[in-house]
Amino acid sequence: MANDPIHQFQIQKIFPIEVGGMDFSFTNSSLFMVLTVAATSAFLIFSTSGRGLVPSRVQSVSEMMYEFVASTLRSSAGTEGMRFFPLVFSLFMFVLVANLFGMFPYFFTITSHIIVTFALAMLVIMTVIIYGFMKNGMKFLKLFVPSGVPGALIPLVTLIEVISFLSRPISLSVRLFANMLAGHITLKVFSGFVVSLSAMGAVGVFGSILPLGMTVALTALEFLVAFLQAYVFTVLTCMYLNDAIHPSH
Amino acid sequence: MAGTTTEGHAVIAEAAAEHGAGFPPFDATTFASQLLWLAITFGIFYWIMKNVAMPRLAGILEDRKDRIAGDLSEANRLKEETDAAIAAYEQALTEARNKAHGIAHDTRAKLKAEQDARREKAEAELGEKLKAAEAHIAGIKTEALSQIEEIAGDTTSALVEQLIGKAPTKTDLTKALKSAMN
Repeated sequence: MANDPIHQFQIQKIFPIEVGGMDFSFTNSSLFMVLTVAATSAFLIFSTSGRGLVPSRVQSVSEMMYEFVASTLRSSAGTEGMRFFPLVFSLFMFVLVANLFGMFPYFFTITSHIIVTFALAMLVIMTVIIYGFMKNGMKFLKLFVPSGVPGALIPLVTLIEVISFLSRPISLSVRLFANMLAGHITLKVFSGFVVSLSAMGAVGVFGSILPLGMTVALTALEFLVAFLQAYVFTVLTCMYLNDAIHPSH
Repeated sequence: MAGTTTEGHAVIAEAAAEHGAGFPPFDATTFASQLLWLAITFGIFYWIMKNVAMPRLAGILEDRKDRIAGDLSEANRLKEETDAAIAAYEQALTEARNKAHGIAHDTRAKLKAEQDARREKAEAELGEKLKAAEAHIAGIKTEALSQIEEIAGDTTSALVEQLIGKAPTKTDLTKALKSAMN
């Protein structure tokens, strides 16, 4: 099993649950969702339990996260966008911790499944659409008609805007999913080389230094990607929410 | 360990058997379960963030902001107090200096007035004394002058008697003396 880079993405049932012919089993994916939520909530709650005026080390980590997301949201969606702060903060923390959990050996990476990232992306897009119409009514459709475009070009530009809007949930979800998937496959392939090569005797053991170095370097890169993708997901969420608040651009 | 080729085959066969539908992320049979559990866990997570973690963080940051603002305003207040104290001190100093000037001025004026008064008094006294002395001198002079005639008459008569052996008459003597003294 050691050399199969795909095996790590396999969903395994822990408690089989079936309702009306649908499989709602509690799987390893579900387990890591629960762990992500539990660990993140526990960290944020216990680190702030002291309510220190001068923050302890863990408390300042929580505060940094909070202020980081707050400033990201405020800079792209303005003060009005702060109504979505709980959503954006939850998304950022959930994706970040899920990505980082995936870095532990033998841990399941929930964000490496397209359905999970797509669901999160749809949550964002549906929030944008529903809030956009609730707040602006039909004016929300102005989003697709940029001002200052010559009359003849309006149909074309509108078409492009609609396509770009529809592709947002896809690009948002595929970006995160593909990054996590590709990174973990690459890591697994290179570490698989180490095992295969060292099985070939002295020369192989010596030769395995190269993929081992690669694995170490890739691990560092993957930590960066784990954070970066969570951040990108958050920034794009903020920008899309800004469209719902200020549709005419 | 078996040969690489046979191992590879075994791995592929095993993987294929286990994966069934192929690539796990695209296995639609797992979607329902993942969506359900994502909804449950993310829903709970959102609720915890919104109602527990974030209000607490916001509270901490708010408290700190208030505390810093409070400390700053307290510092400003103290600075204002210090400035006021300095201003009051400066004013008191100026007042004291003015008062000192006033006292010095008054004293000087008083002393001068006293001195002037004393000098005037002394001068007046001196003037009176001078007048009295002059009057006395004038008296003495008049007296002396009145006696001069008599002495001069006596002397002249004695001289004339010595020269001519005969005393002049009173009338001639008086006439001669009068013409000589004028």
